[in-house]
Amino acid sequence: MATVETRDVRKHFGDVHAVDGVNLTTKEGEFLVLLGPSGCGKTTLLRMIAGLEDPTGGEILIGGQVVNDLPPRARKIAMVFQSYALYPHMRVFDNIAFPLRAQGVPRAEIPHKVEWAAGLFGIEKLLHRKPRELSGGERQRVALARAVVREPAVFLLDEPLSNLDAKLRASARDELQQFQRRIGTTTIYVTHDQVEAMGLGDRIAVMQGGKVRQIGTPQEVYDEPADTFVAGFLGSPPMNLLEIPDCLVGFRPEHFLPKEAHESPDGLLALKFHISRIEYLGADRLLYGALEGKFPDTKVISKLASTVSTPVQPGKTQDFAVREKDFRFFDRETGLRTRPRPV
Amino acid sequence: MATLERDLRAPAAGRRFGFVLDRPEWLGPLMIAPAVLYIVAIVGLPFLLALYYSVSDISMGRRTLGFVGLKNFISVVPTSKFQTSLQNTFVFAIVSQVLVIILANILALALLKEFRGKWVVRLLLLLPWVAPISLGTIGWLWILDSIYSVINWTLEAFGLITADGWPMYLGKPYLAMGSVITVHVWRLLPLATVIILAGLTSIPKDIHDAAQVDGASFWRHHFQITVPLIRPILLVALLFGLVFAFTDMVVIFVLTRGGPYDTTQVLASLAFFTGIQGGDLAEGAAIAIFLFPLLLAVAFVFLRIARRSEVT
Repeated sequence: MATVETRDVRKHFGDVHAVDGVNLTTKEGEFLVLLGPSGCGKTTLLRMIAGLEDPTGGEILIGGQVVNDLPPRARKIAMVFQSYALYPHMRVFDNIAFPLRAQGVPRAEIPHKVEWAAGLFGIEKLLHRKPRELSGGERQRVALARAVVREPAVFLLDEPLSNLDAKLRASARDELQQFQRRIGTTTIYVTHDQVEAMGLGDRIAVMQGGKVRQIGTPQEVYDEPADTFVAGFLGSPPMNLLEIPDCLVGFRPEHFLPKEAHESPDGLLALKFHISRIEYLGADRLLYGALEGKFPDTKVISKLASTVSTPVQPGKTQDFAVREKDFRFFDRETGLRTRPRPV
Repeated sequence: MATLERDLRAPAAGRRFGFVLDRPEWLGPLMIAPAVLYIVAIVGLPFLLALYYSVSDISMGRRTLGFVGLKNFISVVPTSKFQTSLQNTFVFAIVSQVLVIILANILALALLKEFRGKWVVRLLLLLPWVAPISLGTIGWLWILDSIYSVINWTLEAFGLITADGWPMYLGKPYLAMGSVITVHVWRLLPLATVIILAGLTSIPKDIHDAAQVDGASFWRHHFQITVPLIRPILLVALLFGLVFAFTDMVVIFVLTRGGPYDTTQVLASLAFFTGIQGGDLAEGAAIAIFLFPLLLAVAFVFLRIARRSEVT
């Protein structure tokens, strides 16, 4: 068991600052998710923690020890790759046994340990197969078993679910979380999928442009975004942003409802909403359109749960409203959160 | 309606040949025909001719061509000249291939890494392959010359040998074999390196990263991950090299002509000296095709293993 800490870690590829001064500290046994769009530096950061890339600057600590100069094998980490990176010429048994053999575990103990790891993921029956004879989900379990088998201090997972189909991904997410809770190993998980991040993470570090924009629990990053990037990146559709005299004001599409759909009329800000298009998504409807009156021609989106029964029609202008406490305020220049003010 | 039908039909009739090219069952054979013709004319016919010569009594200056069965083989195989050549052929082919595969692996691994001046190394490495082999070998002839050898000159300048102790690289049995093997390795190294390099670059980077994270040392990584993954292509390189070493004689012909005392004589050069220079075409042909069944078997086995060990 160990924590991971990065101190002002940087990675420059020529003029490109892939990772630009990241400070992070995991808690003991925590599931930390690095979330961000492609090219935000999250995978590079993970690879530096693994020891597969050398940082340009800064320090990486695992279990309180600076590991910058240690090779990957000395860092007590295990990593699962997006492609799973199973050794294609070895049977599942040998794939899982490989890290044990590499570490010089006594020969007699190996079968026992491999069976234990395989048992954790229910792949005991696949031990004699080659990776090419496995389905995507089975490969992913083999990759996890290979990572678990030597009981590492830290797990590093690089988008391990992105090659699974949508249905399998949901169940794999569930299993992954249960498994992590059970063994309680500190885990750093990289993804660009916010649903995965929200569902799995104890905390989420939202990254962009090589920097951590915000770190917090899923509720914190969603409800209290630290800046306009986080506000726009999390949530689907993203937060609506309006310009008011000295700042930006944001509200979530699911808080932007027909006036009569709000529980109480107190503390509401009424807005005229011209609906141009409705997308029916089953559980929700997305209403695309623009505001009228105070904020002319500002495009906004409303997300109505199927439980909202107020009739809405494209082409019409209707009375919508947002609760004032659901507003979030951002500085117009820096994009950072600022104090609330009257709209 | 009638005009429409005619319009559709007319161009089809006029451009029938154009449509032939759209049909795979015609296009395929058409495309491969030049290669087949080439191989039949340049390789196939002479090979069949050699097969027949080997069981005939043909020789230069004779007009008859009689069938004599295995007489040529029976008369030539027991001779000590043939036995020595057979033994030399195996030593030459196997030693040079072992060296080529080891050195090519090392070179390919080095060329996979980024370093300053990589392109110069690549260029130098490919040079033996692009230069005409006889020219390169003549260069070696001078390098290994008994009087003008730059190697000896350099060794003497460093005080490692004395002026009266110059090794005769092409004049002493073991040194001569060592020399022809060295030059042959030098010549085949580029091809093997390029083939292995292609194999190495086809391994996904994640696999290497995983092996590193899993704690594999350099040797374990190399022999348990890298080599098995490039085994199919490694076998192809080895097959090429072996067939080449068993059948080619340019290096030996230029450097030693099989000497001294036949210590570097191989079957290919013996066949040439017997058949072409000695005029006994039938016996020369028998020597030349003696190893053919063996090489065929080697090629068959290698290609089978290569296919079996194909991964992903």
